[in-house]
Amino acid sequence: MATMTSSETDKIESPKKAFRLSPAAISYLQATPLTVILGAFLLLPIAMIAVVSFWDYDFAQMYPDFLTMNYAETLGSWVTWKTYLNTLKFAVIVWAITVFIGFWVAYFLAFHIRTTAMQMVLFLVCTVPFLTSNIIRMISWIPVLGRNGIINSGLIHSGIISEPVEWLLYSDFAVVLAMVHLYTLFMVTPIFNTLMRIDKSLVEAARDAGASSVQILTNVIIPLAKPGIAIGTIFVVTLVMADFSTVQVMSGGQSASVALMMKNQMSLLQYPAAAANAVVLLVLVLLMVAGILRIVDIRKEL
Amino acid sequence: MSKAAEIDIASVSKIYGTTTAVHAISLKIPAGTYCCLLGPSGCGKTSTLRMIAGHESISSGDVRLGNTVVTDLPPARRGTAMMFQSYALFPHLDLIDNVAFSLKMKGVEKDARRAKALEMLKLMQLEAYATRRPAQLSGGQQQRVALARALITDPEALLLDEPLSALDPFLKIRMRAELKKLQTSLGITFVHVTHSQEEAMALADIIVIMNDGRIEQAAHPRVVFERPATAFVARFMGDHNVISGRVISHQGNRLKLSVPAGGDFLATDVGAAGLSDTADIAIRTDHVRIGAPSEEGLGFTGSVSNVEYRGSSVKLTVNGAGVEDFTAILSDTEFFANPVKVGEAIPLSWGPEDAIVLGRLTH
Repeated sequence: MATMTSSETDKIESPKKAFRLSPAAISYLQATPLTVILGAFLLLPIAMIAVVSFWDYDFAQMYPDFLTMNYAETLGSWVTWKTYLNTLKFAVIVWAITVFIGFWVAYFLAFHIRTTAMQMVLFLVCTVPFLTSNIIRMISWIPVLGRNGIINSGLIHSGIISEPVEWLLYSDFAVVLAMVHLYTLFMVTPIFNTLMRIDKSLVEAARDAGASSVQILTNVIIPLAKPGIAIGTIFVVTLVMADFSTVQVMSGGQSASVALMMKNQMSLLQYPAAAANAVVLLVLVLLMVAGILRIVDIRKEL
Repeated sequence: MSKAAEIDIASVSKIYGTTTAVHAISLKIPAGTYCCLLGPSGCGKTSTLRMIAGHESISSGDVRLGNTVVTDLPPARRGTAMMFQSYALFPHLDLIDNVAFSLKMKGVEKDARRAKALEMLKLMQLEAYATRRPAQLSGGQQQRVALARALITDPEALLLDEPLSALDPFLKIRMRAELKKLQTSLGITFVHVTHSQEEAMALADIIVIMNDGRIEQAAHPRVVFERPATAFVARFMGDHNVISGRVISHQGNRLKLSVPAGGDFLATDVGAAGLSDTADIAIRTDHVRIGAPSEEGLGFTGSVSNVEYRGSSVKLTVNGAGVEDFTAILSDTEFFANPVKVGEAIPLSWGPEDAIVLGRLTH
């Protein structure tokens, strides 16, 4: 094999020498597939949504137009504001709980499990629920939380309560619980990743300088975990802001979210109104992400 | 700020599960000395240092610093400060906050601790970089920051874990001189772990040579160089040829050794411990001369297997009389006055005081 060197390759290359692309053309060619995919499946749909949001509509049809009516209706209605506030409330509560749980799970994995093999095994265990669909995992809460579910019947049998607890299912509590269950891993993963990169000798250096365990946590580990927390926050906040199925199923239709409102508008064929709502939501989420990126520099992590 | 403390290590062991990293070592490091723990990797030198620092629990035995037994105290309450191998500077803090870290942990006011940290940085000539992050500094500057951070606690002993290993050779020599100067001016005890013989020779007041969890020799560099205690020390320091054989006669301080299938050698016994019917002797490589010996047993004839020119000296490798790879270092003038070639047979000789009997550790 090693003897097949220059003479052979010369023979193959020589007749093709006439046609050569310039380096610039090659670069553009290499970037083309991704550009086409992103253009066709991301930019074009968003552009279409933005265009449609200015159209007129009635019960049966959309009419190309340039009206700001959809935005005026959306932003002028107190229902919209209430729904946005409700969605933001979910986002804040779910974010706070997932940060708390996610940080401690990641901290335990990164600092208290000694072998890398065990760390990987336990991390994979965290991802096991993701082998089933979101909807299934959500619905499986119903037999647990329902009026005659495991928790209620267990509490009644043990004599702690006489009447089933009503707020366990079809309530904001159920929505938050399901969201935390669905999204905590998106917080664990990036935080675990940043914690794994912390040099363990930094912890020793801090201890050498007289830091207590709490001081090590607040002065060394949490500051260094900030980029991971920021990335996890972006995941969780965008997921919660766009969620409609969890809210619909777990609140039993008693709570609303922005995405659920859009879904309802679409089922009433009010596409331009839903599009306007989508644009408003997109702007809001992008502003939130921009805000997070202003606070924490995540470039080091990417 | 001269408040150096003596470090007394009393039969300290470190056991990890079923393996013993350090076998009941005892060592006294006098106050204000520069002590180097020297040995190959895995010899237990770093474990020893970390036990003094309090980052490793002591399986048995005690460590005393000054007048206090610190065996069970946390690192920060021992009066020691440690400088880590990779410096372990906090990447998210600027130099002032890095240096002021331990003061912050103690709850010192922000202005007071920043002023003290700036003073420390000035001492290290780093005040111009005070607001930079560690990643923006060179290796030598990072080391000085780590020193400043360790010294701001006003320790009685500074523990350095291979402090020079991350630096390039030129910087290594410069920082070495700076470390020595710092130790002299502060007057505190330095304990420095290294695997470089040259570094230990250059810096130490006491070299502690460790092998396999035991101390082979703890002495002034000159004693280690001229009177290595064991065959391991002689080989590890690299300035002696070690010849092993059976003892034929041992009269007064004269010992005669017979090498299997080879010649007999004479050596001076300067108080070697643990002698049995076999023994090792050490012969200074730089005292070997080309020429017939003055007395039988103080030389041999062998063939040259390698000649290495080193500028001011020439290193010959000679095989013969049952001795493999015997090294002779000749000065360049001496060698070129009468050059020899690979394959030539030459007589080698040395003085009676250049061959000494080595001891053995009794476990």
